[in-house]
Amino acid sequence: MAPRGVLGAAAYLPHRRLDRTTIAAVAGGGGGKGTRTVASYDEDTTTMGVEAARLALAGLGPGAADRIDALWFSTVAPAYADKTNATAIHAALRLDRASPAFDVNGAVRSAVGALRATLSGAGTSLVVAADLRSGLAGGPDEAAFGDGAAALVVGPAAEGAPLLAEVIGKGGATEEMLDRWRTPGDARSRVWEERFGETRYVPLGVEAWEAALKHAGLVADQVDRVIVTGTHGRANTALAKKLGLGDRLVDDLSSTVGNTGAAHPALLLTSALEAAQPGQVLALVTLADGADAVIFRATDAVAGWSPRRPLAMQATAGAPIPYGTYLRWRGVLPAEPPRRPEPARPSASASARSSDWKFGFVGSTDDAGEVHLPPQPAETEQVAMADAQGTVVTFTVDRLAYSPSPPVVFAVVDFDGGGRLPVELTDVDADEVRIGARVELTFRKLFTADGIHNYFWKARLLPAATDGGGA
Amino acid sequence: MGSHGIKDRVAIVGMGCTRFAEHWDKGLDDLLLDASDEAFTSAGVTKEDVDAYWVGTAQGGMSGMILAKPLQLEGKPVTRVENMCATGSEALRQAAYAVASGAYDLAMAVGVEKVKDSGYQGLNAFPVPSDGTQRTLTAAAMFSMVAPAYSERYGVPMDELKAVLARIASKNHHNGARNPRAQFRREMSVEQILAMPPVAGCLSVFDCAGVADGAAAAIVCRAEDAHRYTDKPLYVKALSFVAGNGSGVTDPGYDYTTFPEIAACASDAYAQAGVTDPRAELAMAEVHDCFTPTELVLMEDLGFSERGTAWKDIEAGAFDLTGDLPVNPDGGLKSFGHPVGASGLRMMFEAWLQLRQEAPPERQIATVPDRSLALTHNLGGYPGEMVSFISILGT
Repeated sequence: MAPRGVLGAAAYLPHRRLDRTTIAAVAGGGGGKGTRTVASYDEDTTTMGVEAARLALAGLGPGAADRIDALWFSTVAPAYADKTNATAIHAALRLDRASPAFDVNGAVRSAVGALRATLSGAGTSLVVAADLRSGLAGGPDEAAFGDGAAALVVGPAAEGAPLLAEVIGKGGATEEMLDRWRTPGDARSRVWEERFGETRYVPLGVEAWEAALKHAGLVADQVDRVIVTGTHGRANTALAKKLGLGDRLVDDLSSTVGNTGAAHPALLLTSALEAAQPGQVLALVTLADGADAVIFRATDAVAGWSPRRPLAMQATAGAPIPYGTYLRWRGVLPAEPPRRPEPARPSASASARSSDWKFGFVGSTDDAGEVHLPPQPAETEQVAMADAQGTVVTFTVDRLAYSPSPPVVFAVVDFDGGGRLPVELTDVDADEVRIGARVELTFRKLFTADGIHNYFWKARLLPAATDGGGA
Repeated sequence: MGSHGIKDRVAIVGMGCTRFAEHWDKGLDDLLLDASDEAFTSAGVTKEDVDAYWVGTAQGGMSGMILAKPLQLEGKPVTRVENMCATGSEALRQAAYAVASGAYDLAMAVGVEKVKDSGYQGLNAFPVPSDGTQRTLTAAAMFSMVAPAYSERYGVPMDELKAVLARIASKNHHNGARNPRAQFRREMSVEQILAMPPVAGCLSVFDCAGVADGAAAAIVCRAEDAHRYTDKPLYVKALSFVAGNGSGVTDPGYDYTTFPEIAACASDAYAQAGVTDPRAELAMAEVHDCFTPTELVLMEDLGFSERGTAWKDIEAGAFDLTGDLPVNPDGGLKSFGHPVGASGLRMMFEAWLQLRQEAPPERQIATVPDRSLALTHNLGGYPGEMVSFISILGT
């Protein structure tokens, strides 16, 4: 069997950052140092998953989406129950109809489960994990958690798509125990006394670690970089100490991002891969209702790999969000809605008919090659525009329109290569927009009505460093 | 093939118009009855004398029965029409064509909207099931994008342009203050308007049309029969309509400083009426001042000002009540509010008063009787995707 491993990796961090020192003044306690990431009001785990997956596929070059045989999506904060969430990601990425899309949801460990399964499986899989992590105001979870997503392309090497890291060992240990749990629908998790979890998790971690080393035929000293993450902060620290990792321990991004739950293992693996040298041995050890350890060896290809939007860059970018806005966006602080009629739920059948447009941002072209957004009914030639960049022709700020977070910032955008769309801007403060500003597209949730999430695309300002470039 | 119009073949012989207001004590039926009764009285006819009816409402109800029921019409054809904000004008257009065709001798167009029962401010379209990808911006925000585009294209500094826009609103408030049927009857100075906070782009609420309930009606017959009903009929010189194909929204060539549907509609209307120099030939114009930048651009699209110069003409007072071409002498949408189905007929009601010299002295325009033509104009939709209606009426 051909060696398997990771062909592509990307993380997505939402734009906003909550300064933990601002929490206590409002909540009466809690908070801490550093920042955590905060998903926008128009993001959920599905939309963040789309963003991470787009970046991962972009790193593999043109046609990468066509090589995906299956999509796996994990989160503990699914937008829908009963209904598969991965299908919206599948549609936004325009994956092949014959490639299935599965949710592996509910528990933090599910994400590592999907990764282990696809590393052992066949074909090329896109393994996406996203989480939107909350706790009650002033609590430790609220401050320690973060929001984000990560996507890994897992499979054998392919023409033009070498392995970045080959999997060389796996191990695990499973045990039924009660440390962290949540009743479906609750905004908060509950935890048992910390010491109990710590004393169970550390031996589980050692067990998984040793099993993976044995599987890889390595001894501990041969591992260059180790990620330790999981649902129990103290246990993570204790395990790293127990394993004597020292400076081999990969930064868990707790000071800038926070723990992104199901997304965190793939997010930290992305971080490690971005910094990896050819031949380096990387281990991913996760503690969640048991322990899992996966060992990779970075290939020569990692040296030539240039991620589309590196996590290291995203982690230092972003813009602050006031704690009050964070509480409103999370629904913790019920806010007066705009005094406008709430939008009607989107139609299932109309959405199905326009799926290429609504989820895939596919326009049409006429005989002269002019691009039309949305696609014109009489035009049969499709043109994929989701990765197009554009320029703001004119814009306005609407303080009257319904929005889950007014005001609406709205622009007329002309896309490079043709096509114009009047479109809402997001991740933006009204005074940041100017005529001539460069924008890109991002998959978002416009609103939710009748429990139906209305997914569509918005535009956002290009990060200054990538202005005009495809870096 | 061709757009020939029905110049001088149809006459308006009676009109009615309610006060436009927050009519908390009147429903759709009451407003329809008030406007209809005034029109019947004006023409000296009864509901039985009218052979066919067109009722325009955007959201007031379905089918002709919304008029047949309150008027208790017996065996009459009644058609409900809708064409966005040009709905009332569309009702008149259909009634005029019906009598011109010879199908009926006497027809009535009535437009109505009961906006203030929704519980929300502003106009709110009822939702058509969709894929959810349509933008949900307010009309105010859509039209607000005209101002910076105009500023940029013609090099008018935004501060100066905002003063021009405020002058449009101030002018319309001035006229409305002299109109007992208007919703707002207070003058507003340019300074007061400029001091208001923005709600959409650079627009404040005083750059926006009011929101009111109201109804208006017109009775039409063939021109040769007009003097049976009135000594002073208004003749239909032109009726023009253009439904845009929405290309402005998707076309990178569209720059938000003009409404091409309206320019095309105006060209057709002037051809029908034989008007070659509208600025000099028209006695007045009632235009769709839904937002102040709309009225600015309309002055150019309707051919009253050269491209890029309307702002200067506005500053010079050309379109004031005492200007060389009074625009919105009744106060416009600004003072009347915009009960969608009624607005087009309300504009014609002002032409009816002014051309017959029946407007109150403090509002009577001086261009009459030397000139005898009035233009009314409605648009519905947004920059880049709109419908346009123009009528030219004359004595």
